[in-house]
Amino acid sequence: MICFSNVSKSFRKTRVLDDISLEIGLSERVALIGSNGAGKTTLIRCLLGEYTFDGQVTIAGRDPRQERTAVLGTIGFVPQLPPPLKMPVAQLIDFSAALCGTDPANIHQLAQRLGLDLEPILTRPFVKLSGGMKQKLLIAIALGRDAKVLVMDEPAANLDPEARKIFFELLAERQEDVTMLISSHRLNEVSALVNRVIEMDMGKVVLDDRVADDVSLSGKFSCRISIKRNEAAFAKAMLAWNFSDLGNGLEWEGDVPGPDRLRFMGMTSRYVALISDFSLEEVMSPAEPGTVSPADGADGAAN
Amino acid sequence: MNQLWLTAKLDIVESLRARWFQVYTLVFGGIVALLFLFGLTESRVLGFIGLSRLLVTYIQLTMAILPIFVLITTVRSVAGDREAGVYEYLLSLPVSLAAWFWGKILGRYIVIFLPVFGAMVLAVLIALVRGIEVPWGMFTYYTALLAVMAACFLGIGMLISALARSTDMAQGAAFVVWLTLLLFLDLILLGVMIQGKVSPEVAVTVALANPLQVFRTAALALFDPQLIVLGPSAYVILDLFGVTGYKVFALVYPTVVGVAAATLGYQLFRRGDLP
Repeated sequence: MICFSNVSKSFRKTRVLDDISLEIGLSERVALIGSNGAGKTTLIRCLLGEYTFDGQVTIAGRDPRQERTAVLGTIGFVPQLPPPLKMPVAQLIDFSAALCGTDPANIHQLAQRLGLDLEPILTRPFVKLSGGMKQKLLIAIALGRDAKVLVMDEPAANLDPEARKIFFELLAERQEDVTMLISSHRLNEVSALVNRVIEMDMGKVVLDDRVADDVSLSGKFSCRISIKRNEAAFAKAMLAWNFSDLGNGLEWEGDVPGPDRLRFMGMTSRYVALISDFSLEEVMSPAEPGTVSPADGADGAAN
Repeated sequence: MNQLWLTAKLDIVESLRARWFQVYTLVFGGIVALLFLFGLTESRVLGFIGLSRLLVTYIQLTMAILPIFVLITTVRSVAGDREAGVYEYLLSLPVSLAAWFWGKILGRYIVIFLPVFGAMVLAVLIALVRGIEVPWGMFTYYTALLAVMAACFLGIGMLISALARSTDMAQGAAFVVWLTLLLFLDLILLGVMIQGKVSPEVAVTVALANPLQVFRTAALALFDPQLIVLGPSAYVILDLFGVTGYKVFALVYPTVVGVAAATLGYQLFRRGDLP
């Protein structure tokens, strides 16, 4: 699906990408990780045909620079930093929908699913929206078209737990026929979303590994937590994850999206001294279209 | 064509919401309002009175303000958008580079020309209400001259934006270009000529190659057809072109400069890194 052949890129005398060769197949969900300056953004920009470089990049056999309109029409992109666009939300939706040949109603529908009601903000400049709203809208625009490749830079960073859950569901609905490239500084931010990890450092690929994950993107865990004493901060955190208080703030119950369990446990670890009982049990759903079998030949499990 | 118009519309909407556009519109609307307020239509210069007098002053002021305004706002907005990540996102959408670049120019052209033209229309409307005669021939030529001036400096601005990689560098380059054109205006060339440092032929050629000077001379030619104020160089210009010929040259040459600069800018943009 995506092929990088001996891709190198330099800015003046600084070599940012150094002879990168990669093959990414259909339905692979790749985490592109690495520290600042590792070359992740440059690689993404080469993929999007935005940079000139030595070597070759193709998506389904086509050059994104030479056949921009045809290739980019099949790519959904979510940037890490939302662009400071002054245009109203309605115009951004109409503009991208018109270019991608999709119905703006699809974007509205997806935004609604992510918990973003577009009606009251249609005339508001995009730049004036909150960070979470911008992220939801950009995700809705990226997923609202018939994309074969999704390129996302820290896509869930600004989302609340409920929106993250729906975001994972949306990805799960597409995972069979879409290739995903998710960039992040840290693996734990995206590990639950991916089945392959590519780590970059100083413009080179230093790790290319498969991830074994028995939990699908749409899977979930039933969780029950008891604490020793009532604590306002803990209650607030639980409510943010849509947990129910079973009595005086001492016992809590709720569902955790499968891909978000690591993040959830990270959050609860802050209250470890407070917790007296903790149970996390996978909920088996009757139909699991998005279930991923352990990766072929996986020798490095990230979860 | 659809992509081109979508991009143009996008640029228009972005510009209409920008502070520079509000200031820009206010400046040109304000000039006309002030000229009427100070009774310029009643004053007389070289036999010119009424709206002709106002238009002559308006175009002289516009020539001083418009080029630097167009250059700075264009490079600030284009290079600024690139730096802020707007290009990274919008150019990830399936829009052709030609539609993007030329659409941006079209949108920006509409935005920079309309306030200038609007101010002239305002002047005409006020004149009609006050019963002042409207010199339609002069109005039409000045409108064409302003349209060409906007196109010329927009093209140069887009070329600078394609060349410069940062807003600061783009702004600096735009200022230097404007300053260079200003340095080669007739008065300075005249001074150099008097000192005997350049031959008259070279001085006149440099003046004719300078779009700012071309506009200035064309505007002068409307109320001073013999170009008396230009001194001996008027003979060269009038012998070479004639009054009508020069008026045509003043419209064609800057258009060619603007289109050539924009085309070169597009070639650089198309071949380089986009964000």
